Amino acid sequence: MLRQIEGSRAVAEAVALCRPEVICAYPITPQTHIVEALGFKVKSGTLRPCEFLNVESEFAAMSVAIGASAAGARTYTATASQGLLYMSEAVYNAAGLGLPIVMTVANRAIGAPINIWNDHSDAMSQRDAGWIQLYAETAQEALDLHLQAFRIAEELSVPVMVCMDGFLLTHAYERAEIPIAEQVDMFLPRYQPRQVLDPAQPASIGAMVGPEAFTEVRYLSHARESRALDLIPDVVAEFGKVFGRDSGGLVRGYHLDDAETVIVALGSVLGTIKDTVDELRADGMRIGVLGVTTFRPFPAQAVCDALAIGRPTKRLVVLERAFATGLGGIVSADLRMALAGDRAAALHPPVMSTVVAGLGGRPITRASLRNMLHDAAAGALEPLSFLDLDKDLVQVQLQAGRAG
Amino acid sequence: MPYQHVTFHQTGSLAVGGRLLTDDQRSVQSGRRRSNSLTLGHRACQGCGEALGARYALDAVQRATGGQTIAVNATGCLEVFSTPFPETSWQLPWLHSLFGNAPAVASGVAAALKAKGRTDIRVVGQGGDGGTVDIGFACLSGMFERNDDVLYICYDNEAYMNTGVQRSGATPPAARTATTEAVGPEPGNRFGQGKNVPLIAMAHEIPYVATATVADLRDLEAKAERAMEFRGARYLHVLVPCPLGWGSAPKDTIEVARLATQSGVFPVFEAEDGEVVGVSPIRHRVGVRDYLRTQRRYAHLFQPDERTDIIDRIQRGADRNIKRFGLLPAGVQEESAS
Repeated sequence: MLRQIEGSRAVAEAVALCRPEVICAYPITPQTHIVEALGFKVKSGTLRPCEFLNVESEFAAMSVAIGASAAGARTYTATASQGLLYMSEAVYNAAGLGLPIVMTVANRAIGAPINIWNDHSDAMSQRDAGWIQLYAETAQEALDLHLQAFRIAEELSVPVMVCMDGFLLTHAYERAEIPIAEQVDMFLPRYQPRQVLDPAQPASIGAMVGPEAFTEVRYLSHARESRALDLIPDVVAEFGKVFGRDSGGLVRGYHLDDAETVIVALGSVLGTIKDTVDELRADGMRIGVLGVTTFRPFPAQAVCDALAIGRPTKRLVVLERAFATGLGGIVSADLRMALAGDRAAALHPPVMSTVVAGLGGRPITRASLRNMLHDAAAGALEPLSFLDLDKDLVQVQLQAGRAG
Repeated sequence: MPYQHVTFHQTGSLAVGGRLLTDDQRSVQSGRRRSNSLTLGHRACQGCGEALGARYALDAVQRATGGQTIAVNATGCLEVFSTPFPETSWQLPWLHSLFGNAPAVASGVAAALKAKGRTDIRVVGQGGDGGTVDIGFACLSGMFERNDDVLYICYDNEAYMNTGVQRSGATPPAARTATTEAVGPEPGNRFGQGKNVPLIAMAHEIPYVATATVADLRDLEAKAERAMEFRGARYLHVLVPCPLGWGSAPKDTIEVARLATQSGVFPVFEAEDGEVVGVSPIRHRVGVRDYLRTQRRYAHLFQPDERTDIIDRIQRGADRNIKRFGLLPAGVQEESAS
């Protein structure tokens, strides 16, 4: 059913349709509306059987999810920002134990200074935790990715983080197609845990592993997570058959065929970028967009296949809503590694620029993007730049610091 | 366990062999159908109180639940010595996640079982004192407050033994640990206000709270079984001497635990809905000196000079326990006035 709906509510509808058996929640802006809506469904009896636990911290939220998932329940939680960092130890643990938990991360900056608005610092900090990470562009995609997330997680026994931009997607009202239960039931089979805590077949889960086998355990988790690169396109194809929509996937190209300049980005900013690219193309600029939906595992091959490096792509602009302090881009580094293994990129190495943008909720405007992309096309973009940085302000502070 | 003053003259001690009792009065361990939840082959130290306590407690829970128990373990000695990959000593479904989250993981297991309509399967969380009173404390309190259907058992050996005997929030005053060395004018751990988790658990008004020691294993079994008669959050705090960390002889683990109770240092009681409903009275009262002398972690209190000031302070703490919990029935006199 087509509805005008808040992004968080759309996600709550999707999660409820997946029939989770345990939901744990700890409030943190901007994910609260999702668990509020799910709490209402459980308390009113429209979602059952399902246990909704109001826990005392995000660390407990992920820990409850670990226990519930290990006991064979389909399990969901949501968090953001400081909450994701606070549960970080358990985030790694859930992946190590191979538990197919699905978690929404309503992307938000990390303090200090404290900031409740959107960027990707939170999810990026957990990119190597062993979770699959999917980034939504729209409320519809956020909804769809949750349906796919349970499917992917349970098929691989790997947890999945669905990242959606805080406020921009969680609090904005958009038009979204809400599926019906029969469709979801057709798409998402009952959860069959790979290993479960069961008195009839007692197993010890979470034993200590020493140097003699730890590397092998880690290698196997890498191999298992990497299988998502084969699985996700299949899931997307099946999703299309059941729901009649093309949604999710590894990467999504936009006007890549003749693009000399390609801008790479994740999440909701892709909408603004596409609008800007439409304008620039109308002006005659040969420019395209590559949206990365699956960031972990990193779809290196799909990225290389999508980019027409050397024919004619010459320039890559990576727009990032987070960065590695003291280094630069995070997505850029992954992209470089992907291109390092690509024959075309070796012959025609593209010029790559990292643009850090939209930190702590700073709006990424079409005007700023236009100027930046004109600079890029003219070869005038620095390898690392910060969009709309108030250079005067930082200069004053830097000089004051030196004087002190 | 309700107190009953019985003396078994034929054994010359307060212990009684299971075979002298009828089947229904026998201990779980002496029963033919004990489950051996923690079976042989684990790597605990000689005289480990925790291994002993865990086996008795879990076997009793298994008897109470008809073998339908899932255990969740915090990181610590118990986890490390029982599951060196690829071996395991657990004969019941067992999950280890992290150091500080065992109560929350147990809540999650209980929630899953409830959602699946399998409330016949019961959940036990367990950890050492570090995992319980310190790093896992928030999760423990949250589990209590929500009254999740979990029995949490703390095996208290009064320091971080797994990492090499560092001070925990459960380390008693004056005890030497690797981070509270027996040096300076106030050797060993500082005197604080204490962190009495059984009393804190009672303040949550959960259905059942009890303390026990490995000195009275029948009492420990009875309390573990009693705990399973309740639904909701339950807490069992078991004193388990650690020969390595306490500097006591492995053969003396039971004796050291007994001296802790008989001196009043460790009160044994049980509480329901926040009210104390029973205590294990002291039968042969001893002074704290007799308890402290058994352990090298207190050696600095006796040599080169006896620190009467510190020992008296510990004695006052024990006296307060005795008064507070009414541990001394009329007529029981101090036997050793050391």
